[in-house]
Amino acid sequence: MLLCGQLLAAVLPEERVDLLYHSYDGGGVEVTGPSLLLRKNIGNSVSVGLNHYVDNVSSASIDVVVTASPYTEKRVENSFAFDYLRDKSTMSLGLTRSSESDFDASTMALGVSQDMFGDLTTVSLGFAFGDNIIRQNGNDDFEETAQVRSYRLGISQIFTRNLVTALTLETITDAGYLNNPYRLVRYEDSTSSDGFSFQPEVYPETRTSTAISMRANYYLPQRAALRGAVRLFKDSWDIDATTYEIGYTFPYREDWIFDTRFRYHDQSSAEFYSDLFPFRDAQNFLARDKELSAFTSTSVGLSASYTLARGWSFIDRGSLNLELDWIHFDYADFRDLTEPGPVGEEPLYSFDAQVTRLFASFWF
Amino acid sequence: MEIKRNSLRALGGLILAGIVIAAAPGLTAAAELNRPAPDFTLKSLAGKNLKLSEMTGNVVLINFWASWCGPCREEMPLLNALHSKYKALGFTVLGVNVEEDVNGAKSFLNDFPVEFPILLDNTNEVSMQYKVIAMPTTVVVDRDGNMRFLHQGYKSGDEAKYRQMVKKLVRE
Amino acid sequence: MPRLPQLSMLCSLLLLAGCAGEPWVKPYERAHLADSIMSFNPNPVSASYLHHVYDSREGARGAGVASGGGCGCN
Repeated sequence: MLLCGQLLAAVLPEERVDLLYHSYDGGGVEVTGPSLLLRKNIGNSVSVGLNHYVDNVSSASIDVVVTASPYTEKRVENSFAFDYLRDKSTMSLGLTRSSESDFDASTMALGVSQDMFGDLTTVSLGFAFGDNIIRQNGNDDFEETAQVRSYRLGISQIFTRNLVTALTLETITDAGYLNNPYRLVRYEDSTSSDGFSFQPEVYPETRTSTAISMRANYYLPQRAALRGAVRLFKDSWDIDATTYEIGYTFPYREDWIFDTRFRYHDQSSAEFYSDLFPFRDAQNFLARDKELSAFTSTSVGLSASYTLARGWSFIDRGSLNLELDWIHFDYADFRDLTEPGPVGEEPLYSFDAQVTRLFASFWF
Repeated sequence: MEIKRNSLRALGGLILAGIVIAAAPGLTAAAELNRPAPDFTLKSLAGKNLKLSEMTGNVVLINFWASWCGPCREEMPLLNALHSKYKALGFTVLGVNVEEDVNGAKSFLNDFPVEFPILLDNTNEVSMQYKVIAMPTTVVVDRDGNMRFLHQGYKSGDEAKYRQMVKKLVRE
Repeated sequence: MPRLPQLSMLCSLLLLAGCAGEPWVKPYERAHLADSIMSFNPNPVSASYLHHVYDSREGARGAGVASGGGCGCN
């Protein structure tokens, strides 16, 4: 086995502890909770990580309000990560388990990453498979499964002393029960007082998607960084999406780092999506999930990070961080049924959400 | 089934990649050699000019480092300990800082001072002379001015290798 | 569907090839690249949370933050 004579090696993930509080508030949905991370090296070659994450959900979203009643829910997700470093290669294993009252997901991820060409290039391959179990609250007889497989290739390249870029390609396939047992679609129904009626959604049993993204970070004089990313997405349900992001990070004085960002996402609808079907059982597959509809989302974000005094005993450094993002969702073909209007001509739905992260990080 | 076959192939590919990496001999980041050390003159942080050839008669450990490099920072106190231990026997460490901006080094040494001289290679002339391909890089030069030991990178425990080499050369 | 299984075999061969040629950005020139503000993922916990927010509300998924870049240390 001949590996070239460059004796450079990659490094393990940083050893750290993160304590985070997250909050999402928008469209009638409030989700808050903690996320705790611990990353530690064992010797020189192994790194392990543990993450504990909770979502406390209080939902009165548009779908819930129109077809059901507001609910609260708790989701817990735990994950374990293991990395092994040898010379320029890192092998990784990740295990994740998520559970809530009507949905369980287990995922295993394997990855290999290699630094090459004088450490200017890093190639990584990843493979993950997940098993989901879907149940329905209030219906003990209901239980379905779905499997997810994802394959990922990443190449990051240092171009100059100020520019680093990364290209990522990821294909995901799902098979099984892919919809939501509570969600309904609507169809025109002259016999109903509203002019329309509901029936359960019906999805295909497979979905394959491919995404390719390109990102770049550029170092500006006097210490600042500009970043940009584009992602193109296409899937077998006919959804086409493009996502753009740009961001600017700059320090202030000794201890502060600020970040500003902008993101724009534009997608077309799934082939079997409609806000209003012409009659019952109009198609083999029926969906009215706004996630699969044609819409745009526009976000702006701001972050502030304060570096805490360095070097207390075994702690190298620490930081306190606040990150805020505001997202505006604008739907082109999903109507707000809480607003009055003739059937099929109710006002189009849109809403705003605020996403907050407040966290402390310590490196040791 | 379509998905199963492709999953197996991909998994196979990943496992193959893993085996290739795991089976590869662990490359040593250290080498013993015997070549004259290129001479250089650099300004030290203290202000004086230091010329390598003026140190003949002593064993010199040249360490190329930068304040932004984690492993470099980790090994500094260990190099300091090595310097203190053997300096009476005609040994010195020379810390060659490779940063364009001297403030990185100054700020680090403020928090973690060392006894040995810090030389400033801010144009990277000496780094190029010594063909530095890893951070940090350690070169040990014997009393006749020949490079005898080259070590690239730093991992916890490598200071034992440095000590071994220095002990050997100090006895010559 | 792209031939990722074959692609991963190709990458195994690339790994064997290792590296070739001199790096045009020397390890001692990596000061800017090693700065945390240039990292693709400086705060993994916060980033994965925000990624989850978008993933669960949009129809697109995949090709998120990659790894690599780095300081060339060791």
